[in-house]
Amino acid sequence: MRKNPILRETSHLLIPAILLFALYVQFHGDYGPGGGFQAGVIFASGVILYALLHGIKKAEKVISLTLAKTLAAIGLLLYAGIGVLGIFLGGNFLDYNVLAHDPTHGQHWGIFFIELGVGITVATVMISIFYAFAKFKK
Amino acid sequence: MLAITAIAIIVMRNILSVIMLGGIYSLVSATLFVALDAVDVAFTEAAVGAGISTVLFLSAFAVTGQHYALERKNHNVAIIAVLTTGAALVYSISDMPVFGDPAAPIHNHVAPRYIEQSAEEIGIPNIVTSVLASYRGFDTLGEVTVVFTALVAVLLLLGVNRGSRKDKP
Repeated sequence: MRKNPILRETSHLLIPAILLFALYVQFHGDYGPGGGFQAGVIFASGVILYALLHGIKKAEKVISLTLAKTLAAIGLLLYAGIGVLGIFLGGNFLDYNVLAHDPTHGQHWGIFFIELGVGITVATVMISIFYAFAKFKK
Repeated sequence: MLAITAIAIIVMRNILSVIMLGGIYSLVSATLFVALDAVDVAFTEAAVGAGISTVLFLSAFAVTGQHYALERKNHNVAIIAVLTTGAALVYSISDMPVFGDPAAPIHNHVAPRYIEQSAEEIGIPNIVTSVLASYRGFDTLGEVTVVFTALVAVLLLLGVNRGSRKDKP
């Protein structure tokens, strides 16, 4: 693939746009369609496109398998942690009302952080699974 | 379109084209979801079904494909099972409420409360997000756990890093 200049240059144009769009979908999920799942998948597809065109080794310099695995666990822990934080602040598990002084504000914070956790986990899980398949051949 | 793609998937013998058709099937169903005004679902279907899962199928095919050929076997039992299930599903359509019927049970359970109260309780414009992340936050936690478990299973099965790093058993 490395010899194909058209694909490579197109990917250079596309990948930043894909990653940026993933972030937009992530943080605009409250107002439009989208959210953590979609954003994570889009982000992962950007990284996978890079890995397909430039090889796993170069992609692993951006996000290594170890980092991706760690982030997958961190994303899930962030989600569950927000739930536990609700208990510590006097509410139920995953009760966001107590996260801020104003219940609606608390909901905003809660949804923001759990969507972030979902996004991180989904993106890094997809990337790690792709790496696992791609590295298996060697 | 969906039916044509599905029949093509059945008829095709080449795994590679079946994988690509699977992606096309997802994309067509995504347009169907857009037509039904389920934009969030369409978004997910297009990104996950047409995008990531096609790539993952292809990479799995790259690992296993060389040693696997589709056999022409007699699949009578499978055909009977599929046809029976299909006939039962078609028969049960007659019991379903008319499409868009406001008196249908699905519109009178928790949906009205979500639609009426979400703006005050959650305060974000996208009701889908507020249901997904707040009202049904526990379900979503489970879904994320499933995704994470899938990663654990893949890594255990494929054994990446085994023996290549000293700090890992």
